[in-house]
Amino acid sequence: MADKSFPNPHEVEAIPGTEGWERMYPYHYFFTTKDKEREEYENNMFWFNDALHYPEPMYPFDIIWDEAWFLSLSQFNTRIFMIPPVYGVDHRIINGNVYITPVPVTDPEEVQKRAPLFMERAGYYFENWDKLIEQWEKKMRGIISDLETLEIPTLPAMEDISVVKNGLGTSSGYELIKNYDKLIDLGIRCWQYHFEFLNLGYASYVIFVDFCTKAFPDIPLQKITQMVAGIDVILYRPDEELKKLAKLAVEFNLDSQIGNDTKDIKDVIASLQSSENGKKWISAWDEAKNPWFNISTGTGWYHQDISWNDNLNIPMSSIRIYIEKLKGGHSIDRPVDAVKKERKRLIAEYRGLLKTDEDLKTFDQLHGTAELVFPYVENHMFYVEHWFHSVFWNKMREVAAIMTDHKFLKGQEDIWYMSRSEIKEALWDIVTAWATGTKGYGPLHWPEEVAWRKGVYKIFKEHRPSPAYGTPPEVIAEPFTVVLWGVTNESMAAWAKLKEIGDPDKVNEIEGFAGSPGVVEGIARVCRSVEDIGQLKEGEILVAPTTSPSWAPVFQKIKGVITDVGGIMCHAAIVCREYGMPAVVGTGQATAIIKSGMKIKLNGDTGRVYIER
Amino acid sequence: MEKRSDYVLWFEECDMNSIPLVGGKNASLGELLKAQIPVPPGFAITTKAYTLFLEQGNIRKDIFKILGGIKANDMNSGEAASKTIRALIESTPMNDDLQDYIGEFYRRLSKRCNVPAVPAAIRSSATAEDLPGASFAGQQDTFLWVRGVDGILKHVKKCWSSLFTSRAIYYRTKMGFPHEQVEISVGVQKMANAWTAGVMFTLNPATGDRSTIAIDANWGFGESVVSGECTPDNFIINKITDEVIKKTVSYKTILYTRDPENHCVIKQNVPAERANIQCVVDKDAIELAIIGKRIEKHYGKPMDIEWAIDKDTPGQAKIMILQSRPETVWSSKKVEPVMQARSSALEHICAGLIAGKKVN
Repeated sequence: MADKSFPNPHEVEAIPGTEGWERMYPYHYFFTTKDKEREEYENNMFWFNDALHYPEPMYPFDIIWDEAWFLSLSQFNTRIFMIPPVYGVDHRIINGNVYITPVPVTDPEEVQKRAPLFMERAGYYFENWDKLIEQWEKKMRGIISDLETLEIPTLPAMEDISVVKNGLGTSSGYELIKNYDKLIDLGIRCWQYHFEFLNLGYASYVIFVDFCTKAFPDIPLQKITQMVAGIDVILYRPDEELKKLAKLAVEFNLDSQIGNDTKDIKDVIASLQSSENGKKWISAWDEAKNPWFNISTGTGWYHQDISWNDNLNIPMSSIRIYIEKLKGGHSIDRPVDAVKKERKRLIAEYRGLLKTDEDLKTFDQLHGTAELVFPYVENHMFYVEHWFHSVFWNKMREVAAIMTDHKFLKGQEDIWYMSRSEIKEALWDIVTAWATGTKGYGPLHWPEEVAWRKGVYKIFKEHRPSPAYGTPPEVIAEPFTVVLWGVTNESMAAWAKLKEIGDPDKVNEIEGFAGSPGVVEGIARVCRSVEDIGQLKEGEILVAPTTSPSWAPVFQKIKGVITDVGGIMCHAAIVCREYGMPAVVGTGQATAIIKSGMKIKLNGDTGRVYIER
Repeated sequence: MEKRSDYVLWFEECDMNSIPLVGGKNASLGELLKAQIPVPPGFAITTKAYTLFLEQGNIRKDIFKILGGIKANDMNSGEAASKTIRALIESTPMNDDLQDYIGEFYRRLSKRCNVPAVPAAIRSSATAEDLPGASFAGQQDTFLWVRGVDGILKHVKKCWSSLFTSRAIYYRTKMGFPHEQVEISVGVQKMANAWTAGVMFTLNPATGDRSTIAIDANWGFGESVVSGECTPDNFIINKITDEVIKKTVSYKTILYTRDPENHCVIKQNVPAERANIQCVVDKDAIELAIIGKRIEKHYGKPMDIEWAIDKDTPGQAKIMILQSRPETVWSSKKVEPVMQARSSALEHICAGLIAGKKVN
């Protein structure tokens, strides 16, 4: 049995000073002892902290994406594709942190009944994969375009005469409510599409992994991933655009105009305007912005994960790193041909070691499917978490501006301390007061409430969540749980061990997944978010909760990566494999144990990190 | 009079075709040399030499008479027979021709190694040994650090007589192998002055995974690893990417080395400061694995290899392959498909989902 020593979720007490925190989140997210059946269910499940998506506690508004995938992932498993042995993934919140658990189908007869339904339904998707993917991209571009053109109207003292002359029959107040609803709807819809292919994608990947590990018990997971990973993946595109711009700047000899990081983007653009080549460069830069600068500087899951478009100094700073490399005579190109060649070789060599015709057939079937689905697995993130989210957060800021105008909020960024349904109610408060010519109630309620919530959130942030609660299962069938969160016996045992050690100052060794091979020693730099990457010095080892594509240029500076969360497929592991840089991922609590400046050794072959004390 | 090559052959002159003459082990060494694998130099004393010895000493009849007198199921009678036969072989003088052939080759070997009276390993190489599915390995004795012509001749006879240890006799009887058909060749090979040594499998002996190479290593000679007296350092190396994928550095208690005084092998405690130290650096382990791959490729099957890293050039490791034979455990297993074949990937996915992923 796996380590069963995770605490009972019902025995967790509120952190002093946060009592009443539950009202910040949807009411159905809490563990309860009110009902015996629910209590027992909750006790028997294994709840692990979804720190992959949420390295920080949840903001009341940002939980929208959690609700969205709670519904979407689950519905595709349970109700649409009828995945035989598993329903959805259930969610709870403890002290601001999200805990999730896969829900198995326990009745074997039910599993059997679902199998042919799954075959028919999933079969249709696999058979029509390319066509459906094309349709998906159209749908996604459609809703992103709807989002970009969605107007959040301000409330005028008097409606325009056109309202009368067109016989419009509705007001800006109504439009505001309607478009807020539409904004939320687009977000939820985007997340519906997010999982349209992903569950099947992960299922195909899991079975290929299963075959490979049975045929080659010692095969590192990273090699399996290398055999299916896409090469011309859309997620690399934003970084490619920066490289192109850097090359263009070098070609046009524009580096003096571009200057260094002390020069603001506005001044850079002004300097560039003075020459023909500078103007040409600016038009290339402008062209790259949409959509490629809609890349989040975080995972895109949090409102504070601003995009490159939100702060153009960020991509400019990366371009400077590339310019410097180019001028130093280094190549900044991804070693695409080498990666392609190595991938081909791996496939041929592993395949060549199989002993029976049956195995060759199975390998070809499973590799073929995994390869078919993988581009989606990698690409969907650009559309959803980066492009859509980046635009979405800014639309929400427009809503926040109206609420701030009406004194419901003390500042725009306070809106994230309200839930999406509370915002809707507050907007009703605003529009009815606007319509009636009175004052809304909101200013009496929200600023005070938000101040309290900020205090609670601050306390949440100071507490590291327990990695898991409840009872670990013996078998996990849910493909996401297996792949994405890397929940395996080893990782759970490692988490349990960390928990036992207790005092982070006494830990000398941390275990995670071998994300990318190689051994490296150096000075650690802990970056809790992308905002901290400015502190990174050449040749340091990055220690982060997780990384995302907007961290890409950082990989030019560092010599190794350690993350708290993520399996073999996480961003850090993928990028490090390309750069041939060691990585240990999914360590659970590296950012809590390692401090900047510590001398550490990371072994990407074994997944171990050693701390010199 | 027969030719020299009927009785002694340089390893370079041996290959798989010469198994009847030089046995599997010596033939393997020849094969390795042909494949450009670094092997300490040496020569084989053929089965014909052994036969000639039996005939000229006129002891063949006596031996089989004694063997015939062993009572089945009587361990004691087997034990007694073994003792008598071995004493007989070891006390029978070798004729001059044989002495000259062996002595001359030994002197030439010493010259090749630039060492007067080069220390050598004397190993048996039975014709029935090391064949896949019939592991006679380790049935016969090996003598290490033998120096001087007299020592060589003496131990060659000891090696011949080791064909008749009670264990070997018992084993052949049990396997139904006629004693008359077993012939023995002997290898005389320059001792590798091992700083570190051990065993390498070109598959993972624990899992049968053919995409990996497993290396066990300890300080000193490989005996401590082969005999299992010491928990060695263990490396699992990905054969396809030449990366160390798993490494276990063990607490190594004992090692075998040479007594500088009398050149015999002695067992020592590993000095405390070295007990916990990785005894092969990753780079050398990888180089070793690459040689292992070449050996496997040469034979076209998984191999079991003994190796050493020369003491005379530490730091700039000189890897030597001492022995190699086909792996027998996994190679004799019935090959089953990894997964039941199914008509489509989707069928696999469905079945795989239903089976789930065991957390334990």
